[in-house]
Amino acid sequence: MSATVEIAGVSKRYRDVEALRDVTFALKAGEIVALVGHNGAGKTTLLKLMLGLIHPTAGTIRVLDENPAAGEFAARRRLGYLPENVSFNPALSGREILSFYARLKREPVAGALALLDRVGLGEAARRRVATYSKGMRQRLGLAQALIGEPLVLLLDEPTTGLDPALRLSFYEIVQDLRAKGATVVLCSHALTELERRADHVIIMNRGVLVADGTIEELRGIARLPTRIRLTGVNCDTGPLRAWMGPVGPWRTIDGGTIEIEAAASEKIELIRRATREGTPVADVDVLPPTLDELYAHFLRGAGAAG
Amino acid sequence: MRNIAIIAGKEVQESLRNRWVLATTILMAALALTLTFLGSAPTGSVGVHPLDVVIVSLSSLTIFLLPLIALLISHDALVGEMERGTMLLLLSYPVARWQVLLGKFAGHLGILAFATVLGYGAAALALVTTGVAIEAGSLRAFAQMIGSSILLGAAFIALGYLISALARDRGTAAGAAVGAWLVFVLIYDMALLGLLVADQGRTISAALLNALLLLNPTDVYRMFNLAGSADVSAFAGMSGLADTVMLAPAVLLAALGGWTVLPLAVAAVAFSRREL
Repeated sequence: MSATVEIAGVSKRYRDVEALRDVTFALKAGEIVALVGHNGAGKTTLLKLMLGLIHPTAGTIRVLDENPAAGEFAARRRLGYLPENVSFNPALSGREILSFYARLKREPVAGALALLDRVGLGEAARRRVATYSKGMRQRLGLAQALIGEPLVLLLDEPTTGLDPALRLSFYEIVQDLRAKGATVVLCSHALTELERRADHVIIMNRGVLVADGTIEELRGIARLPTRIRLTGVNCDTGPLRAWMGPVGPWRTIDGGTIEIEAAASEKIELIRRATREGTPVADVDVLPPTLDELYAHFLRGAGAAG
Repeated sequence: MRNIAIIAGKEVQESLRNRWVLATTILMAALALTLTFLGSAPTGSVGVHPLDVVIVSLSSLTIFLLPLIALLISHDALVGEMERGTMLLLLSYPVARWQVLLGKFAGHLGILAFATVLGYGAAALALVTTGVAIEAGSLRAFAQMIGSSILLGAAFIALGYLISALARDRGTAAGAAVGAWLVFVLIYDMALLGLLVADQGRTISAALLNALLLLNPTDVYRMFNLAGSADVSAFAGMSGLADTVMLAPAVLLAALGGWTVLPLAVAAVAFSRREL
């Protein structure tokens, strides 16, 4: 599949603030991309550049084979965007707002209104937005981003204000679009949520791209230890340590459990040792480095390098 | 074109919903009716054309009121949406910034035109129903007054957009709108008057005065309506000025048009350069 979004050597400067410095990456069709970074890392600036709302100081951007800032609108019709803290005119109803945006995209209004049911706003559709809760506004924002089955979906903090059930149905919608070949970019601080879902992770720090790849690739680059948790049969860690012999750094979690930090090369050997005939180990848990840990690792690395 | 219509439609819908249209129309109608009946009471017995009197009082009212309403609805149009965050979303759609601007302009102008025609039309209608004979000439002058009032409104909506496109935040825009109203409606004329008195006709020629009057849309409007027809100018006490200032109605209308197009164009440029 060819790239749907291509960012090449892009820098962006606001007066005396350098928001982005020489950022390059490409996004493919049919993948969920997690764009993560601190506040002010340049995530929103990147989204605005992809939308063509601002011009890059240097570099080129292609979205669906078009320069988004050139004033061509063919690509924008296939683009969905959910801004952070989305807001609507409170005097209009959900239906009115959604039909307005559908008309701007030249999409059938009936199809767009069906999206209200999909995000669970069917009953509130005729009420004024002023009466909506924060979560309902967020859902309305999601509905407008989904108008016309977008090929590129840019979602800035999409799950803030959604309850757990809605979060799940949100990710179902996202998976659906991905299956249909859409590129879904998720900017979020909820790293644990993204971890199981993102195919591609981009980590930004102070306007610089510090990591770009699948979560497996990032684990490979980071070389963070995998944590192996062993629980002893008799709630006693003494025999466990004796059985395992010399290992890397370890610590006691509670009375019966120890956690060993294993480099990638020794992981299999340790598991083999823990599961040998006659082992005092009752349970084994293998915990690969989480996105949280990877994120912290890459930010530290960037801090040290910079 | 379709985008402009869609945005204009939404603007009208919003204004209907938050009762701007209703409030404006009622205000205009109430003031127009009051002026019609209070204003025609003293003249009815001496037999001057009642509609001409209404034109004089209504256009004086328009000069104060319409710029105020126009600035009120327009100064917030761009900067307000930017501050609330709705502009960001709107511009992520396949719509150009100039289309947003023109769409809003069409919507706001439509609201203002509706309120003016209905409000002032009610005054004329009320006069007709009381059984007063109205000449065709007066009726034409009245229609011209309504038309030029809408043009004056258009000029101030455009000025409001210019303020909105340049202002950093809503508060600044509101302040600048009030300032613009004060300058164009009150201060400019007072300053001009002071200048004329101080000058005593030594350096300021009629041509220069014409030029100075064209520099203020409310003066252009005043010239068009109060000095336009002989009957009206007699009541307005403008006949003296009308003799010295010789500007054709077409020139005045073109000036009002210029006062609309120019600020709108500058606003479009400023808005398109603005980073969100």
